[in-house]
Amino acid sequence: MFTARKSRLALAGGVSLVAALTLGGCASSNPLDAPSEDSGSGSGDTIVIGSQAYYSNEIIAEIYSQALEAAGFDVDEQFSIGQRDAYMPDVESGAIDVFPEYTGNLLEYLDKDATATSPEDVYAALKEALPEGLTALDYAEASDQDTYTVLKSFAEENDLTSIGDLSKVTTPVTIGAAPEFEQRPYGPAKAKEVYGVDLGFSATGPTTLESLLAGEIQVADIYSADPAFQTEDIVALEDPENIILASNVVPIVSSDVADEVSDVINAISAKLTAEELVALNVQSTVDQKSASDIAEQWLADNDLS
Amino acid sequence: MNVFTEALAWLFSPDRWVGPYALPVLFGQHMYFTLVSVVIAAVIAVPLGWLIGHTGKGREVAVAVAGAARAIPSFGLMVLLVLLLGVLRIPEAAIITFVLLAIPSLLAGAYTGLEAIDRRILDSARAMGMTEWQVFWKVEVPLGLPLLVGGIRAALLQVIATVTIAAYINLGGLGQPIIQGIPLRKFDQVLGGAILVAVLALIVDLLLAIVQHAVVSAGVRSAPQKRRSRSALKAAAPATA
Repeated sequence: MFTARKSRLALAGGVSLVAALTLGGCASSNPLDAPSEDSGSGSGDTIVIGSQAYYSNEIIAEIYSQALEAAGFDVDEQFSIGQRDAYMPDVESGAIDVFPEYTGNLLEYLDKDATATSPEDVYAALKEALPEGLTALDYAEASDQDTYTVLKSFAEENDLTSIGDLSKVTTPVTIGAAPEFEQRPYGPAKAKEVYGVDLGFSATGPTTLESLLAGEIQVADIYSADPAFQTEDIVALEDPENIILASNVVPIVSSDVADEVSDVINAISAKLTAEELVALNVQSTVDQKSASDIAEQWLADNDLS
Repeated sequence: MNVFTEALAWLFSPDRWVGPYALPVLFGQHMYFTLVSVVIAAVIAVPLGWLIGHTGKGREVAVAVAGAARAIPSFGLMVLLVLLLGVLRIPEAAIITFVLLAIPSLLAGAYTGLEAIDRRILDSARAMGMTEWQVFWKVEVPLGLPLLVGGIRAALLQVIATVTIAAYINLGGLGQPIIQGIPLRKFDQVLGGAILVAVLALIVDLLLAIVQHAVVSAGVRSAPQKRRSRSALKAAAPATA
């Protein structure tokens, strides 16, 4: 269980160099512009779509890309551009027009003092925090955020549906997560404060899911889009008080093209549910299908292609 | 306040003495993994090194294997072993990693200690009627001890520095504040943890430097030709021979 989006800073340096070279190239003289001269469309009509170096993000970007192409746009895919530090400058400068993002994580990046946690509040705060020239289109129900997750059998035995129900468990309960979770604003201390739940902490890091399955820990912090939600018998506990920072999938687009692409992309966000995103990720990690095949299938299944 | 004074403030805060990650607990975990790993490595490497040094056989193989073992990336090996052994055997995975890390230094210390002895000393020991076993225990081992302790010193330092990564797989130790602090961008905590590891390494190194000095054989130490402690072994050779 790797917290992929957070622990790839090392990669970002190298990838950002590559990104700077490729994107620098497309800003000045884009080789993809040449053939489109015949069809009469100007170079400004090409929509550049970026993605993080994170397989799940790339699948979403691929869905945007194929849908826009089907709607008659020229698209230029610039995928796997490392982490936020690497690609945000190019998104802000307008070199990339469309980028699949996550509301909470992006808000945290733009405004370290942000306090919003519920999906609506985070989205509203994100719209405020976005720099000039960028627009957030509708966010999807699908999210990639921290969860308090338990085995289904454990939930049934103890009649658990939300985090607060953990206080009914009579045996000691330990939550496993990355080491920093202990001190995150949605960590065990917050669960105690808001829900009155006493949780031990275990820094299970990369073995969080395995530790949960092995019974070493009773609760695990697993990202909500993790394929394990489909492949294993686990369930995320509800968080009615919104202690966890919501991080829904949200398309960030350059304001210049926002009006043109909003219909196509908002239609995708409307259909992208939490289960759908997990299912897409399972096709990548378990079935080993390529992002473009997965995107094509999903668009066809949802009558969007 | 700069990050260094913040780190000291973090270190001396009363919060460091309570909770599951209190510094004494982390220190205990760190020393536990260090000592267990070095002891296991010594049980394997020292007899093997002595055998190589005494017989002079297999030296090339030992050099090659020890050299290659030094190039193993500990972090990658540890995570791989966790995957292979499963989450219920995490401590074993970590200890195997640290044992493999400690073996090359110990092996080198053991066989070079015996190799560095002047052949004439051994010949005279045999000429006095000592059995091979007596030559080994009464001449080779005592004379080789300073270099062996040097090997233990190097192994301990490497292992103390590397046990820091054990926190990544939930084993605690002084790496815990470092590995927890980086994603949180709490650099006072990161530096505080790093200072502790560095201080621990320096103290252990100093103690072993004293031990290394103390184990120089009494006969070698009192030799009249001795000028510098470093050349004690070489200087001792003509005196005893």
